[in-house]
Amino acid sequence: MTPLVNQVGAILWKDLLSELRTRDLLGGMVLFGVLILLIFNFAFDLRIDNVAAVAPGVLWVAFSFAGMLGLARSFVQEKDRGAMDGLLSAPIDRGAIYLAKFLGNVIFMSVVEAVCLPVFTAFFNFGVVSVDVVAIALLGTCGFAAVGTLFSAMAANSRARDVLLPLLVFPISVPVVIAAVEATSSVFAESPLETRIRWLALLGAFDVLFGVLCFAIFDVVVEE
Amino acid sequence: MRVGTISRAPQQERAIGPSVSWLDRILAAATLISFVAALYLAFVYAPTEAVQGDVQRIFYFHVPIAWLAYLAFFVVFCGSIIYLWKRSEAWDIAARCSAELGVVFTTLVLITGSIWGRPTWGARWAWDARMTSTLILWSVYVVYLMLRAYSTDRQRGARYGAVLGIIGFADVPIVQMSITWWRTLHPAPVVSLEGSGSLPPEMLLALMVSLLAFTLFYVWMLRQRIQVEWLRAEIDAAREANERG
Repeated sequence: MTPLVNQVGAILWKDLLSELRTRDLLGGMVLFGVLILLIFNFAFDLRIDNVAAVAPGVLWVAFSFAGMLGLARSFVQEKDRGAMDGLLSAPIDRGAIYLAKFLGNVIFMSVVEAVCLPVFTAFFNFGVVSVDVVAIALLGTCGFAAVGTLFSAMAANSRARDVLLPLLVFPISVPVVIAAVEATSSVFAESPLETRIRWLALLGAFDVLFGVLCFAIFDVVVEE
Repeated sequence: MRVGTISRAPQQERAIGPSVSWLDRILAAATLISFVAALYLAFVYAPTEAVQGDVQRIFYFHVPIAWLAYLAFFVVFCGSIIYLWKRSEAWDIAARCSAELGVVFTTLVLITGSIWGRPTWGARWAWDARMTSTLILWSVYVVYLMLRAYSTDRQRGARYGAVLGIIGFADVPIVQMSITWWRTLHPAPVVSLEGSGSLPPEMLLALMVSLLAFTLFYVWMLRQRIQVEWLRAEIDAAREANERG
């Protein structure tokens, strides 16, 4: 039995390679994220005086909606191409599948965020690229992807999967969205460090708790 | 582990049989009596509140319904865990029926809270910590019901439901904590009027009797609902057996 790291690496590499060759999803996700920023410009008429207040929310709506597209991909492709049976009958831990898909989702969402942050800075003339914001984005992405990967496996095997996945993910990931938006806005407002640490602690706790819980319970979801 | 077939529950699990047993009759009678008592106590016996007036009497229904909603979802949580551990359909049926009742109760909490808020706060909705958390709780369990409805087969639906039942309940305290912190940063325009100090004994009595009434109602309704689900499962099993042979 190959070590877990190798198993995860193999599946992750397969997903990344498949995405690099077809390039059908990542471009769509990135463009969707940018379009959401564009729509928010019309929705809120983002001028320099109000952009600081709404920037965290706008960014996180863009991240979570674009992320939702990527989440759906992680298991729907496998199921539609019949690859899921192959994965499940391979001599690997089921948990390795979850970890690989989770990391793949984090990577794809991070690419979207890496594009959206500079684009936001350029569109609205408001600097959002900083170490703090990137760190918060990463923590939030991990939390979002932790529950999203599990629910994507469930939605892929149900009817109305496109509708069901956002319905599953959004209520459960409310703490992630609140914490990420509040932490980001405390960065922009230059609030005392204590506020930021509290929200980061909540994000970290959510990531750890639900990462472990979803990893443990993933076997139940994919068993046949 | 069962794949696609329904086990016939052993005799002791069939204490909830298809016929109306004496326990159900007693529960129904007790529910009716305690509801009548609760209505009298809430609307006649309990004194009128000084600040809010008679509108405050919604409190005697709003609060017990909220507690019952939490109880119902706790039952979903326990039922989900035990189902995943024992793979016995009885627990899955109990969890699903309790989730239905929980959604009904949570909807009533939101509606009664809104009715209460309109005359007291001047607003039908306030986005305060408790209301917002309740709304998220409601949406989690409505999605639970949708997940069950959209499942392609029974056993998968039961497994997925159990997973969501566990994750949803584990998320509830974190959701409440994050929303409460959010609300302390951005205080609501109206202050919640619930839980204002200690209650005089008459009010406490009305509240407790109302709680008893709703708890009996929950238990009775849960039993009825579980019985219907068992009947449905039996019919499906009979139909499958008929199609096969």
